[in-house]
Amino acid sequence: MKNNTADMLFEGLLRIADDNLILGHRTSEWCGHAPTLEEDLALPNIALDLIGHAQNLYCLACEIDSRYQNEDQLAFLRLEHEYKNLLLVEQENGDFGNTVLRLFYFSTFMKYFWERVKIKCCFKKLKEFSEKAFLETSYHSKYASQWVVTLGDGTDESNLKMSNAITNLEPFLGELFNNDDFTEMCTQNDFLPEPRSIFDSWKNEVEAILQKGNLDFPDIILKKRGGRKGEHSEAFGYLLSDLQYMQRAYPNSSW
Amino acid sequence: MEKSTEKAWDVLKDLTDPELPFLTLDDLGVIREIKRNDKNHVVTIAPTYIGCPAISVIEEKIASELKKIGISPIIEKSFSPPWSSDWISENGKKKMEEFGISPPHPRKSDTIGDPLLKDVKCPQCTSYKTEKVSEFGSTACKSLYRCLDCKEPFDHFKCV
Repeated sequence: MKNNTADMLFEGLLRIADDNLILGHRTSEWCGHAPTLEEDLALPNIALDLIGHAQNLYCLACEIDSRYQNEDQLAFLRLEHEYKNLLLVEQENGDFGNTVLRLFYFSTFMKYFWERVKIKCCFKKLKEFSEKAFLETSYHSKYASQWVVTLGDGTDESNLKMSNAITNLEPFLGELFNNDDFTEMCTQNDFLPEPRSIFDSWKNEVEAILQKGNLDFPDIILKKRGGRKGEHSEAFGYLLSDLQYMQRAYPNSSW
Repeated sequence: MEKSTEKAWDVLKDLTDPELPFLTLDDLGVIREIKRNDKNHVVTIAPTYIGCPAISVIEEKIASELKKIGISPIIEKSFSPPWSSDWISENGKKKMEEFGISPPHPRKSDTIGDPLLKDVKCPQCTSYKTEKVSEFGSTACKSLYRCLDCKEPFDHFKCV
């Protein structure tokens, strides 16, 4: 494979894998803390899915870049600026409403993302992976959307909390749909869809769900960004120290 | 089929799933193919879920069973076509019900779980008066239901 093609595949896989790993880690923080037993089963199940997606994507990245021998090196042994995830996924969980709203935003985006990869992708292994990933992210989106409606259309207090969550997450949504030189290159090479191209499908679905929950659709303009370049927010350092602790303290440890 | 791959199938067909120990991997349709290339045996498995934590255990089990007959396999995961609950054998579905898990229905749409699913039978008392409690049960492949007649909660295997 040509060097610049390999670089493109590696970076593209890393962006998606990091999004999934970091949101998976955040979601796993709910284990043992969810408001009901059912949600205490649901959220870690979803976290497991997200981390599973990350694991498989890191494996594909390792096949491309021989500097990394296995997925653990990518997940646990990079430095902060080497992670390329969105700022949206690294923010603290906040309350349950904030958590499910972010999950709804992200999984709905990924659903349409994988749907496009399924149709067109020059990297065969990712195209195959997208068939399964599409099904699972659709399910996450459905799960989260039910909570957004239930809480939005619930009591005054739950509606207020969801409105606050919308305000809270709003500054991070622009980055989700931001095209840059890299995403443009990926599209020109039929590797990955441009984030911006997903916006209309995403907006239609999200707006309809928010409306059902008596909630206002947020204003989406590019406010905070940096994750794709490895420039992260304060919350990320604390997250990494948790995430990386075992591999840093006991290098190469395994189950 | 080559003799050694036939032997490998023989060894693997009785291996059980770590999370559903009453079902074999063959019942579940997880083992897709055993092939021999120049040097190695390649076993292709289709994970029920991408992040299924049982996968690494399954891989270890396959490798250690085949080692006993002198084969050290390469194990590959396949996501295309994605694993489907339609691949579970009729016998597998019967065993599931006996174990108290309501088996998956035939797949009708391109989604996980059927949004219009109404006829979920209670595996305890066979009543159809049941309701969904949660999208997720004890594992990602199941959702949680309860029976409105006998009041027992039970897992329903999602159609995937």
